[in-house]
Amino acid sequence: MAKTHISFNLNGRPVDVLAEPRELLIHVLREQLAHTGPHIGCETSHCGACTVDLNGRSVKSCTVLAVQAQGGNVLTVEGLATNGTLHPLQEEFMQQHGLQCGFCTPGMLVRAYRFLQENPNPSEEEIRTGMSGNICRCTGYQNIVKAVQHAAKRLQAAGGK
Amino acid sequence: MNAPEKAQSAIGASVRRKEDYRFLTGGGKYTDDVTLPGQSYAYFVRSPHAHAKILKINKSAALKAPGVIAVYTGDDTAADKMGGLPCGWLIKDVKGEPMKEPPHPPLAQGKVRHVGDQVAVIIAETYNQAKDAAELLEVDYDVLPAVVDAVEALKPGAPQVHDGAPNNRCYLWSLGDKAATDAAFAKAHHVTKIDITNNRLIPNAIEPRAALAHYNRADESYTLYVANQNPHVERLLMTAFVLGLPEHKVRVIAPDVGGGFGSKIFLYAEDVIVTWASKKVNRPVKWTADRSEAFLSDAHGRDHHTHAELAMDKDGKFLGLRVKTIANLGAYLSTFGSSVPTYLYGTLLAGQYTTPAIYVEVDAAFTNTTPVDAYRGAGRPEATYVLERIVSQAAREMNLDQAEIRRRNFITAFPYQTPVALMYDIGDYKSCLDKAQKLADVAGFPARRAEAEKRGKKRGLGYSTYIEACGLAPSNIAGALGARAGLFEAGEIRVHPTGSVTVFTGSHSHGQGHETTFAQVVAARLGIPVESVDVVHGDTGRMPFGMGTYGSRSIAVGGAAIMKALDKIEAKGKKIAAHLLEAAESDIEFKDGKFTVAGTDKSVPFGGVAFSAYVPHNYPLDKLEPGLNETAFYDPGNFTYPAGTHIAEVEVDPETGVVQIVNFSAVDDFGNIINPMIVEGQVHGGLAQGIGQAMLENCVYDQETGQLLTGSYMDYAMPRAADLPSFKVDTHVTPCTHNPLGVKGCGEAGAIGSPPAVVNAVIDALAPLGVKHLEMPLTPERVWRAIQGKPTKVA
Ligand code: FES
Ligand code: FES
Repeated sequence: MAKTHISFNLNGRPVDVLAEPRELLIHVLREQLAHTGPHIGCETSHCGACTVDLNGRSVKSCTVLAVQAQGGNVLTVEGLATNGTLHPLQEEFMQQHGLQCGFCTPGMLVRAYRFLQENPNPSEEEIRTGMSGNICRCTGYQNIVKAVQHAAKRLQAAGGK
Repeated sequence: MNAPEKAQSAIGASVRRKEDYRFLTGGGKYTDDVTLPGQSYAYFVRSPHAHAKILKINKSAALKAPGVIAVYTGDDTAADKMGGLPCGWLIKDVKGEPMKEPPHPPLAQGKVRHVGDQVAVIIAETYNQAKDAAELLEVDYDVLPAVVDAVEALKPGAPQVHDGAPNNRCYLWSLGDKAATDAAFAKAHHVTKIDITNNRLIPNAIEPRAALAHYNRADESYTLYVANQNPHVERLLMTAFVLGLPEHKVRVIAPDVGGGFGSKIFLYAEDVIVTWASKKVNRPVKWTADRSEAFLSDAHGRDHHTHAELAMDKDGKFLGLRVKTIANLGAYLSTFGSSVPTYLYGTLLAGQYTTPAIYVEVDAAFTNTTPVDAYRGAGRPEATYVLERIVSQAAREMNLDQAEIRRRNFITAFPYQTPVALMYDIGDYKSCLDKAQKLADVAGFPARRAEAEKRGKKRGLGYSTYIEACGLAPSNIAGALGARAGLFEAGEIRVHPTGSVTVFTGSHSHGQGHETTFAQVVAARLGIPVESVDVVHGDTGRMPFGMGTYGSRSIAVGGAAIMKALDKIEAKGKKIAAHLLEAAESDIEFKDGKFTVAGTDKSVPFGGVAFSAYVPHNYPLDKLEPGLNETAFYDPGNFTYPAGTHIAEVEVDPETGVVQIVNFSAVDDFGNIINPMIVEGQVHGGLAQGIGQAMLENCVYDQETGQLLTGSYMDYAMPRAADLPSFKVDTHVTPCTHNPLGVKGCGEAGAIGSPPAVVNAVIDALAPLGVKHLEMPLTPERVWRAIQGKPTKVA
């Protein structure tokens, strides 16, 4: 199958790839761009392990064609920390023990990152609903919810972002 | 070292996890993240039928497809004399005969026995090419009638899954004193009876199984990366029983593993086939399951049908318990499939109670379904569900409070020998119950119930006072009962010349946080900071032979092995210190990271002793080897017995049947606790799976065709954040009496204790409407039908 040239920004840096039209964004990220943070848990858009941020929206990268990223901005878990300093969400996932096996974590973090911009001061119920597209089999979610709550406070105190 | 550092690393501190940074930044390395040069991809062609003869397979079109390197079928594995997948536990039936053990070929030999059974493997340059070529593989099937339900499978005339297992029976097994139990029933004041189903579950670790094998011609060695919980067991079973390879030529690495819950204990066909094929094609071969394959090929859990009877005297004291269970083993015996409904089930039926006579019979059947094996709890949730449901029902029939009937029957004196083989070393069931009742504010429940009633809602309270047996237990006793593996664990403490430490453990962490907990154990013992201790696991090339992680055994058995190795380190350290301090060895004390001559201020720090051991200039070389590196193997003296009380409070909308868990309180006794944060996380996760079973999850097969009807996340309901409440959890401590840390294990308690608590709560809520019985999962439809007096027939 003929390949298409795709350029986009990945965690703030320009990247170029050649991909078949049928290729999914998650495969290009993992196999061509060595970004193995986003994981594949289902490839049917149910588990959220592959969640990345595309042009300011949470997407399941197993259900987005790589060509759809053309000219766009993609943020993966690898882009959350700056110069080795964890993002408040990452820090709070650690502090509140919001991860166990870590497999869902990259998707959870990137989803929570976008969610807190959609709703900077959420209630517990809103967090549970807002994170419902991401399955975690390990934590029972309680500490994920707590981590998001704590991160929301820290982000608010720091004035967003 | 200053004081705060020490507090940070102390046992009992919620030290933040050392493993987190890599997971939080996308740096975790799971099997599918590993890429080897020249890697090829495997795709398994699976049976679309539940039961069929394979008449013919034509490879030619598939072999010609673009990118295809090889196509292998059962003929190829047979030609190479590949063995079947072994079962790790031989059960003897009621007559003392061995169980029926039909072969479990990694690629089908003439017949397929469940949807998803492996028929062929296609190896190609890319995954898509392998998958595309699979479409071209021609397989002619002669479809046979299938049976998926264990009760049906045991009936005369049912389709036969294996020629070597007449009537589809693997074994009829029993435990307990039948005559004594019958005698107890004969004098009963009241007998409560229950028929109950433990719904079949699919484990669904979010990381799908994966295996990547590499054969190295230079030294004829293999390396297998695999999402697995016990790499040494995987290697032993694969080399000794299936492939006949020299064990030392195979290295199994289970790198970061994305959850297991039992499903990654077992030796699977795919692991074997990619290892074998890597030599045949002389290329690394990678296989990663997609989620549909995971649903079809990961071993399932539970699937019991049980009739139980509880005999009581007039005060509600339990006199006897009689249990008859039909267990579904699936199409083949999975690695530990035979032990789950027997030694991990029947032995738990005493629960926390003094019931003097218990008799259990288990009839285990082959069916045309995916093999069933250990899933979080493994047998113990099934036992707990039977017992805690019947006890709550007995309370209603005897007009006793659910808590009161339990209190009247609690074991209070230890050690306690149950009538079903176990010897509980210690526990304090009453304190757990008291504490849970406070946590759940049981005193305030009547008011909450009345308030809900005003809104037209039904509130109920459900109890479960569970016990489990963890840290599976002396190897020789298990061996006498049929276990084909040892049950010890290994630990190695490698002290480096500058006093930092690398710990090698046979336990495996796939979310449990061993890299932190085990480091705490070592740091606390040696008086060094947690940062100075790293834990290595999951690689047969690096650790001593260990049994891995299952059955909540890691801290109780793996932690004990580490403690034994630390004993040796300390003993040798004392000898070195005695030399350095010019004192008698018997005068040396080791405390707070220092070797001190008792009663003096003469001391040498741990790091100083380590340095001397490796730069032995001033050293008793005539009497003592240099170096400070010790290995220990620990074989547990008994099981450990975590126990506790779970209380669920639910609110049911009688108009819709929707159940809301408004409160869930758990008080667990795990013995001593190393890291409370991690333990609490384990409880949360277990509760989510237990509540998932009670409320949402259900594996359903079509009874006629044997097709899996719940083979995707659209059909199999996984608990999501919005489906679960926040849990209230607490602990009560009675330290285990027979291991050096006094620990019991905490991984499975949540999944064991919670299902009956939830169901008991809903029945409590709906009892005023005449509802006496419900089956899991408590979907709104089932609950609504029960309220209407038309209970759903459970498959
Ligand atoms: S892998 Fe994309 S949602 Fe599951
Ligand atoms: S931490 Fe394991 S799936 Fe979420």
